[in-house]
Amino acid sequence: MRKKQSFFLLPYLLWIILFVIAPMVLIVGYSLTNSQGHFSLQNFTLFFSKGTFIGMMLNSFWYALLITFFCLLISYPAALALTRLKNQQFWLMLVILPTWINLLLKAYAFIGIFSRDGMVNQFLHLFGLGPAEIMFTDFAFIFVATYIEIPFMIMPIYNSLKEIDPALISASSDLGANFWQTFRYVIWPLSWPGVESGIQAIFIPSLSLFMLTRLIGGNRVITLGTAVEEYFLTTMNWNMGSTIGVILIVLMTIVMVLTSRKQHKKEIKL
Amino acid sequence: MKKHIWSKVYFFLVLAILYLPIFYLIYFSFSSGSNMDHFKGFTWRHYQTLFNDGRLLAILLETIMLALLSSLIATILGTLGAIAIENVKKSGVKRLLLSLNNVLMVSPDVIIGASFLILFTTLGFSLGFASVLLSHIAFSVPIVVLMVLPKLREMDNSLIDAARDLGASYYQVFSQVLLPALTPGIVSGMFMALTYSLDDFAVTFFVTGNGFTTLSVEIYSRARQGIDLEVNALSTIIFLFVLLLVGIYYLISNQQGKKGSKLGGLLR
Repeated sequence: MRKKQSFFLLPYLLWIILFVIAPMVLIVGYSLTNSQGHFSLQNFTLFFSKGTFIGMMLNSFWYALLITFFCLLISYPAALALTRLKNQQFWLMLVILPTWINLLLKAYAFIGIFSRDGMVNQFLHLFGLGPAEIMFTDFAFIFVATYIEIPFMIMPIYNSLKEIDPALISASSDLGANFWQTFRYVIWPLSWPGVESGIQAIFIPSLSLFMLTRLIGGNRVITLGTAVEEYFLTTMNWNMGSTIGVILIVLMTIVMVLTSRKQHKKEIKL
Repeated sequence: MKKHIWSKVYFFLVLAILYLPIFYLIYFSFSSGSNMDHFKGFTWRHYQTLFNDGRLLAILLETIMLALLSSLIATILGTLGAIAIENVKKSGVKRLLLSLNNVLMVSPDVIIGASFLILFTTLGFSLGFASVLLSHIAFSVPIVVLMVLPKLREMDNSLIDAARDLGASYYQVFSQVLLPALTPGIVSGMFMALTYSLDDFAVTFFVTGNGFTTLSVEIYSRARQGIDLEVNALSTIIFLFVLLLVGIYYLISNQQGKKGSKLGGLLR
């Protein structure tokens, strides 16, 4: 039995050591050394003493928050509407299908749609407005990121809405609750797990959409993800890049620990 | 009743917005102009350019090969890993393994890419097809583990004891009892690994050297240079291909009946 066990465990352990533990150790190591390879905290002091880095950090989280919020705002009603349609599996599939088209192609489409003579400006022109400079703005970045993430929000919310027992909703309206009361006290709390997994599925990837900030956001370094890419692949300062990466990881871990503790409380309350 | 009509309208509006950029690309792939502003008369020219572009077609083929190979290896590694995790007796060790498994699931792509770049450089591994393949395997393993684990938990352990009592060897137990029970999880895990690989841009962008390119990286570098309607033609082809695949999947899962045909496997 021992031998059998190690046959399963060994390749997997090797993977963990080589691709989970080693990269973590290396990136922390790089963040704590200077370009000569000596131990130094200079990267961290630079990060926290320079206003641009702090601003970028706040910006990243603010944008990720906005993207997640707009996704939720658009996706929740859509998921709710989907639960009332016939042939739900078919429509759900149509929602998921665009995620199979490469993200870069969708971003590329927006270069055309948002351009000076593109579709949006032609539309604005009909009303005697514009042309507006949409490309290379923060608005364009947030819009395209939201567009890309919407299916990943609709999907988990739809699944959790489907799990709600319809009898509960009938009971609520039988007892005299109007639509908003039913929504506020029955549907929303019961669909919360789906909302939560949607938020988790969107918030983290939103931090690393550097290709969108490059293509749509105007090649400016506005988020931590873009900064990591900039330091690693353009200016080749891996130590500083690693420092930004480590700070990103720490911040994310804090966010995740905070949200999971909340979950725990809720479980006890129920 | 009126409320229902508005919710329908809203849903189809969202759906229309989801497809608008894709159809926008396809529409202009037939334009003889050179930008995506005004349609200038119908032409197949961009498709001819595409099918004569040996380099792009080679990249397309390599991307598909990469996805198949990496998902296959990741599926094997992940299935072994899931069995290994399930077999661990100490709950502390099990929890540790599970959290280590999830590290790559929750890390932002840029961090994975950057740390893999450091890893390959430290090991003296040259960047190219092999480094991209290893990275794709690495970030696909955890999803396979997560897809196979629930099937292992659902499985009745007395089946294994029964097989053993009836004289089956370890290998027979593995191949004739364990594997068939895990197959749905393994298949959806492989499916996810395949889409992870086809979809990935950020990690590949970090660990690919000058010699090897995947489709995403190629589209990125072309898009940075501006509008190129050959890319539009390419997206038409990809869209048709995806439509075909999803159509087949839909038909198969419909035929299997409503029992297990949740569409979860299609997502990411």
